[in-house]
Amino acid sequence: MAEIKYTTADPKGVLTGIHYMDGNHAACEGALAAGCRFAAGYPITPSTEVVERFSARIPLVGGVFIQMEDEIASSICLQGAVWAGLKAMTVTSGPGISLMQEHIGLAACLETPCVFVNVQRGGPSTGLPTLPGQADMQQCRWGSHGDYEVIALSPSTVQESFDFIIDAFNLAEIYRVPVFFMMDECVGHMTEKLVIPEADKIKVVERRYTSKPPEEYLPFKPDPDLVPEMVKAGDGYRFHVTGLTHDERGYPVINAQAQKEMVYRLVEKVEKNAPKIWRYEEDEVEDADVVVLSYGISARVALKAIEMAREKGIRVGRMRLIVVWPFPEPRVKEIASKVKAIVVPELNIRGQVAREVERIVEGTCRVVRVPHAGGTVHDPQEILDAIMEAAK
Amino acid sequence: MSVVEGIKENPVEEFLRTDRLPHVWCSGCGIGTTVNCFARAVKECGIPLNDLAIVSGIGCTGRVAGYLRLDSFHTTHGRAIAFATGLHLANPELKVVVYSGDGDLVGIGGNHFIHAARRNLDITVILINNFTYAMTGGQVTPTAPLDSIETTTPYGVFEQNFNLPHLAASCGAVYVARWTAYHVMQVKKAMVEALNKKGFSFIEIIAPCPTIYLRRNRLGSAIDELKYYKEHSVIQHGADTRDVGIDIRRPEKIIVGKFVDIEKPDYLTAMNEHLGEVLGDKYVRWGE
Ligand SMILES: Cc1ncc(C[n+]2csc(CCOP(=O)(O)OP(=O)(O)O)c2C)c(N)n1
Ligand code: SF4
Ligand SMILES: [Mg+2]
Repeated sequence: MAEIKYTTADPKGVLTGIHYMDGNHAACEGALAAGCRFAAGYPITPSTEVVERFSARIPLVGGVFIQMEDEIASSICLQGAVWAGLKAMTVTSGPGISLMQEHIGLAACLETPCVFVNVQRGGPSTGLPTLPGQADMQQCRWGSHGDYEVIALSPSTVQESFDFIIDAFNLAEIYRVPVFFMMDECVGHMTEKLVIPEADKIKVVERRYTSKPPEEYLPFKPDPDLVPEMVKAGDGYRFHVTGLTHDERGYPVINAQAQKEMVYRLVEKVEKNAPKIWRYEEDEVEDADVVVLSYGISARVALKAIEMAREKGIRVGRMRLIVVWPFPEPRVKEIASKVKAIVVPELNIRGQVAREVERIVEGTCRVVRVPHAGGTVHDPQEILDAIMEAAK
Repeated sequence: MSVVEGIKENPVEEFLRTDRLPHVWCSGCGIGTTVNCFARAVKECGIPLNDLAIVSGIGCTGRVAGYLRLDSFHTTHGRAIAFATGLHLANPELKVVVYSGDGDLVGIGGNHFIHAARRNLDITVILINNFTYAMTGGQVTPTAPLDSIETTTPYGVFEQNFNLPHLAASCGAVYVARWTAYHVMQVKKAMVEALNKKGFSFIEIIAPCPTIYLRRNRLGSAIDELKYYKEHSVIQHGADTRDVGIDIRRPEKIIVGKFVDIEKPDYLTAMNEHLGEVLGDKYVRWGE
C-alpha cells in the first residue's frame, strides 16, 4: 500500500507573513501553499479574484494558469494537468459550476485528485452574481449523474479560506476524489487579517504514486483503504483510463457486475474513511438544550444569535461543519439524543443541509430550519427567534 | 486488427493493447485503418513511446485511445482537446495526440477546437470524418454534406457544413492536412509530420462508416467507398483551404493533401517569451 506521505510546503509558493486580504485572495494563497501549480478558469463573479491572483502569482512560483474558453473546458483541463503530475484547481460560481457537472463525474470516475472552488452566489440561473448564497450544497454532493461521493469543505473566515483549502488539496490527494471548496460571496469578498505561516509549518500531502513496476501495476486496484495508487503520464506505465465503467486494469467493462464493483468502491472509499475526513467544531454542546448546526458564513452569523440566546439564559450549543460532505452522522445522532432541538440556519430555502440532519436524527429531536433565500446573510434575530422557539 | 487464425505477428502489435482485442469496430470501418497508420507513424516518428499520450472523446472514433498501448485517456464527449490542453501544459515533454470523431471534435467540442488552434497549442489533432454521429446510430453532424440522410435529417441535410481544413487554418493551425482512408501511406506520413510539428497540427481523415452512413445513404460497401476515394481524390498540396469544402455527398473531387505547414511560436513558447520579457529574472520559466 502506498503510504500517505506528508511533506511541508514548498517555500516558493508561501507568502509567509501577516496580510490583510479577502477570502478569494487568501484561497489562492492557500492553494499555492498546498502545492497547486495549475489552474484553469473562466471569469465569473464573485469568484474571479482567485484566478486573477493566481495568474499574477504563478509565473513567479513556477506553473501555469490558463483562462479557458468556458467552464466545461476548465473543469477537464485541470484533470489533464493532474494526470500529467501537477496539483490543480478550477474556480467558479453558480452558472459555472452547473456547466462543470459532467467533469465532476469524470473526476469521480477517474479518481482524479483535484479541487473545485465554488464561491457561491444566489441562484438559480444567473441569479445574484454579486450576492451570497449557500444553495449549491446538494448540487456539489450529487450534481453529476450517477453514484459517487465527494468531499466538501466550507470556510467561514479569510484565515480559513487559506487554511482549509490546503486541507482540501490534501484530502483530494489522500482519497483521490474531487474536493469542493464551498465558499460564498461574503467570505470571498470580506477582508480581514490573514496569517500565513512559514512553509515548514504547512503540512502537504504528496500524491499516492505507486512504487510498483509497470508489469505489476493495476491502475484501479485499490489499497486496503479502497483508494488506488496513481501514476502519471510519461512515466512508462502506458496506462489507460476511461470514464466508462472499468475494471482494475482501467479497461471498460459494460456489465452490471463491473458497475457494482466500481460504484460501490467510489462511494465506500469516502463513506468508510469518513471518520478520518470529518472536521467540525463544537462548543457548549454537552449540556445544551438547543444546538445550532451550521457552516460557512451562516455559522459565523449564528455566533451573534447564540451569544444573544445565552444572555437570555438559554443553553445553546454550537456545531459548525468544516467538512459538510461526508456528513458527521454519528456525532449528529448523538447530539440529537441529548437535546431538544437542532437549529439549522443556511442561505437556501429547501434545507439543503437541514434535510440531512432531519434524515439522520429520525425524529429523536426537533430540527428547526432557518431558511434564507440568499442575497444577504441572516439577521441574527431570525436565528435567535428560531433558537427561542426551539428551546420551548 | 481482429485476431485472425494463422497470422502469427502483426508489425504494429507492440503499439496495441492486444489484451483488448477484438475491438468494437464493424468490419469495413475506416477507423481501424487509420489506427494501423497511426501505429506505424508512432513507430517511425522517433518520439519515445513513453513520451506519447493519446486522448479521445466519445464515439466510435473515441474508442481509439483504448486500443493504443500508450498513456491513454478516454474522456468525455467533445472535451478531449480541453483535457489534452492540461496534459500538455502541465508536462510539455509529452507529445499529446487527440484522436476523435467529427461530431466530437467540431460538433459538441467545436469551441475547444477553435481555441486550441488559435492558441497554437503544441498538440496533434486527428479527426476521423465519417459525416455522422456513428456511435449513437447516425445523426447529422456539422460535417455532413447537403442532402445526406441521417436519422435526425430523414429528408436530407439542408444546413451548411464545416470545411474543416479551412476552419483549422483560419483559426491558426500550423499544420493542416486532409486524406482519406484509402491513402494509407499518405496518412501515415502526415501523422509522422504532425507528430514532429511544433504547434497545433490537424489531420482530417475521411473514412467510411459502412454500417450507418454508407448504408443509409445507399453509397454501397466500404470497398465501393474506398474506390470512390481513389478515383475522385485530387492531391493538391498547398491548396487554398477556402476551396476544399465538401458541400455535397459524393462530389466530383475531394481535394486532399497537405494544405498548411508553417512556423509560428506555440502557446508555451509565446508564454515563456512574453512573461520572460515582462517579468525578467523573477519569471520562473515553464517546461524548458
Ligand atoms: C455530453 C454527451 N452528449 C451526447 C453523448 C452521446 N454520444 C456518444 S458518441 C456520440 C457521437 C459521436 O460522433 P463522432 O464524434 O462523429 O464519432 P463517431 O462515432 O462517428 O466515430 C454522441 C452524440 C455523450 N456521450 N455525451
Ligand atoms: S458504426 Fe460506423 S464508425 Fe462505428 S464502428 Fe461501425 S462502421 Fe465504424
Ligand atoms: Mg463521426
